[in-house]
Amino acid sequence: MPAIDFATGLKCKVCGKLYAKQPLNFCTDDFGPLEVVYDYEAIAAHISRAKIEMRPFNMWRYRELLPLDGEPTVGPQVGGTPLIKADRLADALGVERLWIKNDAVNFPTLSFKDRVVSVALSKAREFGFRTVGCASTGNLANSVAANAASSGLEAYIFVPHTLERAKILGTSIYGPKLILVEGTYDQVNRLCSQVALKYGWGMVNVNLRPFYAEGSKTVGFEIAEQLGWRTPSHVVSPMAGGSLIGKIHKAFHELEQVGLIAPGSSAKVKMYGAQATGCNPITDAVKTGRERHKPVKTPNTICKSLAIGDPADGYFAAKLIRDTGGWAEDVSDPEIVECMQLLARTEGIFAETAGGVTVAVTRKLIEQGRIPRDEEIVLVITGNGLKTQDAIADSVEQPVTIKPSMDAFESILAEPAPALA
Amino acid sequence: MPTKIEIPTPMRDQTDGKGVVEVTATTVRDALAELVRLHPGIESKLFDQGKLRPYINVFVNDEDIRYLDELGTAVKEGDLIALIPAVAGG
Repeated sequence: MPAIDFATGLKCKVCGKLYAKQPLNFCTDDFGPLEVVYDYEAIAAHISRAKIEMRPFNMWRYRELLPLDGEPTVGPQVGGTPLIKADRLADALGVERLWIKNDAVNFPTLSFKDRVVSVALSKAREFGFRTVGCASTGNLANSVAANAASSGLEAYIFVPHTLERAKILGTSIYGPKLILVEGTYDQVNRLCSQVALKYGWGMVNVNLRPFYAEGSKTVGFEIAEQLGWRTPSHVVSPMAGGSLIGKIHKAFHELEQVGLIAPGSSAKVKMYGAQATGCNPITDAVKTGRERHKPVKTPNTICKSLAIGDPADGYFAAKLIRDTGGWAEDVSDPEIVECMQLLARTEGIFAETAGGVTVAVTRKLIEQGRIPRDEEIVLVITGNGLKTQDAIADSVEQPVTIKPSMDAFESILAEPAPALA
Repeated sequence: MPTKIEIPTPMRDQTDGKGVVEVTATTVRDALAELVRLHPGIESKLFDQGKLRPYINVFVNDEDIRYLDELGTAVKEGDLIALIPAVAGG
């Protein structure tokens, strides 16, 4: 075994009971979620900034802080996405320093889910699974299908039947068993949990979830390294199941624990969560001071990728937001579309609907005075707009059609410029 | 015909390996109390100081009781109560 395995086991986040590394996502005593435990002292002795900087720029340069026994066998090129200094969007929002972590260009399926899937499927192979799968709102389906195909694993993928066509086609192309379920994501997820228990397959966000979720930390590792081994003051993250926001913060904390960033850095980061108003269980819990979220039975938003009515990590996400001094907000469908366009027109980034949610929520939090205008902000963009084109089809300006003549061209120049939507 | 409670695999150590336990009850609360009476070992898995543990979702005929009347949800003969671990997805 190569000397990169520093994950010592699994631990219940509720009662602290320890388990050996295995495909299990809940504590058998209280059903609390399990999380991977690492030997941080050993990691600290093993890695350094210089060592990491010599490795290829992808998520596996932080391999000591990921839960594989050996080398990654699925998705070895995932991650390493740009952190963009977003000056034009900063001007539009009236803030001084704004960055965008752009996972809309993650490889191979254009969302941050490639990070979690490469960990989950590499781990699935270590456990000896031949069949894998997931419950998904779309991006995860794309990623599991692609990564399972490239590694020769059989995949069963469960999605709500109302999913965007681009996300269905972007899954089917890789040849998995794709099952459209007549129900909400939560019903799909419940079915998937029952399938995992009965058939013993490696479901990435069910029994492989403790390992899978660790992949999201690499968003945080990259942000800190790209800022020059330091943390920003404010991070705005979209929330569906509520896992990503927690893992980004955990990443900052771990970098501190292993000595890669200055002591005290992670405690200064305020975390903000973004949801669509049509499915806002976590932002509602934060705003109303409720400890446990109230599930949303029938999500109703164009932002289907965030449409999880009963988020598994809702409790922990709301707690983290409160504990770090951040906040949470939600925005309407028109605001989502408007901010997808704002991001595209200021920064040249075509993000999916979830990106519109994140930008619109950021704008709202700035206007509310929750995020100060003179401190550094990082927005996390998690998916690509090419997958959710229907959302903006009626909102973008229609192109003009002309005859192939200079007269025709110059006649349109004479017309007043259309106002920006 | 009694009400059936579907026991998830990790809790079956407490029900002598049974995947389904039959009870007679008019509410989910009563049904779970009856389950605990029949199989006392399951109490600490389901409840913490009298409250249902947060990571256990209870369904009556495929409907989450949080959308119904929580533990006060009425059940009748032939209904199926399912206990499902909630930590998945996302």
